[in-house]
Amino acid sequence: MTKYLTTIGLEFHAELKTRTKIFCSCPTDAGAEPNTHVCPVCLGLPGVLPVLNRRVVELAVRAGLALNCDISRYSKFDRKNYFYPDLPKGYQVTQFPLPICRNGYLTIKDAAGNPKKVRINRIHMEEDAGKLVHSGDNLSGSTFSMPDYNRAAVPLVEIVTEPDMSSAEEARDFGETLRLRLLYAGVSDVRMERGSLRCDVNISLRPEDQEELGVKVELKNLNSFRAVYRAIKFEEERQSLLLDKGLPIVQETRLWDEATGETRSMRSKEDAHDYRYFPEPDLVPVVIDDEWLAAISGDMPELPEVKKARLLALGIGEKETEQIVSEPYLSRFFDRAQELGCDPLTVSHWLLGDISRLLNESGAEFEEVPVDADQFAYLLGQVESKAINLNSARTVLEDLFGTDKKAADIIRERGFAQISDTSALQAAVDQVIAANPKPVADYKGGKKASIGFLVGQVMKATRGQANAALVKELLEKALEN
Amino acid sequence: MPITDMTACELAAALTEKRLSSREATAAYLDRIAALDKEINSYITVTPEQAMKDAEASDKRRAEGRALSPLDGVPMALKDVICSKGVRTTAASKILYNFVPPYDATCWSRLKAGGAVLLGKVNMDEFAMGSSTETSAFGPTRNPWDEERVPGGSSGGSAAAVAAGLAAYSLGTDTGGSVRQPAHFCGVVGLKPTYGRVSRYGVIPYASSLDQVGVLARDCRDAASVLQLIAGQDRMDSTSAPAPVEDYASACGEDITGLKIGLPKEFMSDAIAGDAVAPDIAFAMRQGAERLAAQGAVVEEVSLPHSAYALPTYYILASAEASSNLARYDGVRYGARAENAENVYDMFTATRSANFGAEVKRRIMLGTFALSSGYYDAYYNKTMQVRTLIKQDYDQAFAAGFDCLMTPAAPTTAFKLGEMTDDPLTMYMQDICTVPVNLAGLPGLVVPVGLDNGNLPIGLQLIGKSFDERTLFAVGSRLESPLRLQPGLEM
Repeated sequence: MTKYLTTIGLEFHAELKTRTKIFCSCPTDAGAEPNTHVCPVCLGLPGVLPVLNRRVVELAVRAGLALNCDISRYSKFDRKNYFYPDLPKGYQVTQFPLPICRNGYLTIKDAAGNPKKVRINRIHMEEDAGKLVHSGDNLSGSTFSMPDYNRAAVPLVEIVTEPDMSSAEEARDFGETLRLRLLYAGVSDVRMERGSLRCDVNISLRPEDQEELGVKVELKNLNSFRAVYRAIKFEEERQSLLLDKGLPIVQETRLWDEATGETRSMRSKEDAHDYRYFPEPDLVPVVIDDEWLAAISGDMPELPEVKKARLLALGIGEKETEQIVSEPYLSRFFDRAQELGCDPLTVSHWLLGDISRLLNESGAEFEEVPVDADQFAYLLGQVESKAINLNSARTVLEDLFGTDKKAADIIRERGFAQISDTSALQAAVDQVIAANPKPVADYKGGKKASIGFLVGQVMKATRGQANAALVKELLEKALEN
Repeated sequence: MPITDMTACELAAALTEKRLSSREATAAYLDRIAALDKEINSYITVTPEQAMKDAEASDKRRAEGRALSPLDGVPMALKDVICSKGVRTTAASKILYNFVPPYDATCWSRLKAGGAVLLGKVNMDEFAMGSSTETSAFGPTRNPWDEERVPGGSSGGSAAAVAAGLAAYSLGTDTGGSVRQPAHFCGVVGLKPTYGRVSRYGVIPYASSLDQVGVLARDCRDAASVLQLIAGQDRMDSTSAPAPVEDYASACGEDITGLKIGLPKEFMSDAIAGDAVAPDIAFAMRQGAERLAAQGAVVEEVSLPHSAYALPTYYILASAEASSNLARYDGVRYGARAENAENVYDMFTATRSANFGAEVKRRIMLGTFALSSGYYDAYYNKTMQVRTLIKQDYDQAFAAGFDCLMTPAAPTTAFKLGEMTDDPLTMYMQDICTVPVNLAGLPGLVVPVGLDNGNLPIGLQLIGKSFDERTLFAVGSRLESPLRLQPGLEM
């Protein structure tokens, strides 16, 4: 049986996190009533003109910096011409020969676990299209369709890699690395399930003794990196079966079907458009001078690899570091708590323990951890000084979660202040000794473990507020006599 | 003098001195439109109610001493390619027969802010594609000097309305000569400002890198006064220029002693127009040169060696941009839509087939071809290179000390209706003198200088440096012989 080598290149579309659209001041937020976030410009009414949103350029440059690209000081827009009802002008404004970023790379791990450089060919800016709402469940079962142009002219960057990946694992690793970088750079929300990050796969197979690349197939409709992984695995299987039988691979675009776990043909090369690209005459070239580039670079947030190195240096474990860095809101919370003087290991422990549990239980989505870092730092301080015990602290945290309460108030209202006053505890200790002659006798008879029961009784009598270590000390002292 | 014979500035003076009200002036124009425009067909849409309301508001402002501009209350017209909020804007195409824009073009909102009274929207070649106003879906406009003849195009309605006393001035657009050639045919002044001088926002595009809003007026002073109101950078148009707006009207009548005026030999030689330049126009050129020399200007021959390539360059480039600019008329969002199509692609095809005219289709096909893969380098890319060479010709002429250039506005005077409709290439030759100016992005001004032996107007073209409209007005005002004849049109 012939062995085949897989060659994979990826194409990403990321929605830029701008407040307004690329060429007008309509809002970009999703979920509005159809055709409410529109104006003459994004509807492409006759005579209107685009005006480039500066923020789009800044975020595209950030994407380039995050992906180790050269930033073009001079780039320009082009028109990509085709007809479709979701495309208001009959052309998409994009960048063709002179994109804003070129020649980047990301480092991933190959099958042997060694670092592997995957090159990025280009990043360019463009506008999104609208979307069609069909009267039926899908296009073929519909008698009419209604265009919704809210998404039309939402800014995108398209990121195109070189065909440098050779397995589903590498493609997934690359995608996840890229996603996290864009997220940290503040370029995009990168939510694949919502389409703010989209990934298309170009894949070809060739016999291992063949130099020339095989026929390229494009895979679309991949809504997660799991889907990317599965679709590549499926294609490798499908194409190698065809090649084994000596059958040709058709150059085509195939759609991934998440339900059946298969890809199916969408259109062949013969249906490919001639997009008739030419320079967009309604926009002037984008020129990025030293000053502007410096301002964008200076504004660049910390990237995940830098953050990882910092956490590891603080003594956080590798696995914990990975977990914290994978969620920017966890890592931002970590930074805030650390700035407030909290012990990094303790913060990591709480973050991955109770805070993660509360986040999961709430089921909601968060931009930030919904706990005030000042209150959290105060709470940790109280535990450290033994003013409250750990169990109480966990309850306080639950009360702080999603509220603007003060930790001190919760501790007071709940009566969590730990009793560390010897004189206040002595009476309870004496009472427990008097009421429990058997464990007392056991202890005195050498069964030292029975002190645990007695500590528990004192804790119970003080409704958990006693400083347990102090109680133990007082009991031991009383029983020695 | 009849109200409709006055220049815009004369009318403005009468309004200022309260010798006349805007209501009287507007009513006079509306009456004349009602009486004469059935024949001339310069208007697609007349807006009498709104015009009278706006005139009344203007009179009130002037009574309170709050005139918004010198031209407050002067009745005028807009080429029907310039969007006007609430007033149907068709681009003279069936495909936009019902389009009412929810916004104003910047040039119109600036005139409005100056108190302009809109009489209506005037006829043109469909999507500004044509040199005779015969491609309009609303029928051809006739030349007021001879109704058997065309007014030129594409801003033929704008020129005819001003010539026939159906508007004090009008705005047109000029992509390859569409303001200047009709000005020449109708005996009025036509200004195409520097590319970027006037915002294109809200102007339905033909070829974006060449289109510029222009003015048709009775004389240079009127054109300068209108430019004053519409010029200047606009944040809605990235290609509008930050160059400062100068005082244009004061340039009219300025001394031109010592100014160096070039006569490009290619515009008179066989190589470009040669035999095609009518003898009367060649004679007018010599007379014009003598006239300027007599006023102290230095007139010398100059060479623009790449002029012969301008026409093919223009038609490839403009068609390429047009093929893309006109893609949005697909029947989905506004305008005409074909009924009973099987699917959306059939709807696109049926809508566009039924509602674009022949000339528009011809240019969409030319442009689509020129941009197609495999042909792009041979056509579009090559034209971009030639465009640069043409621009360099002008840069060199100006660097050599010329202040402006003078050429014919077109090879002939007004031709007869239907004379060229079956011969698009001959029709395209009409633009031979004007297209290089658009390719170079320079300002051009056509002023009337006299009549040919058939009593048809002749205009000459002045070409200036970028953003130097003032020099054009200085020279133009010394060259022009305003023609106030409207033969056969006395009421």
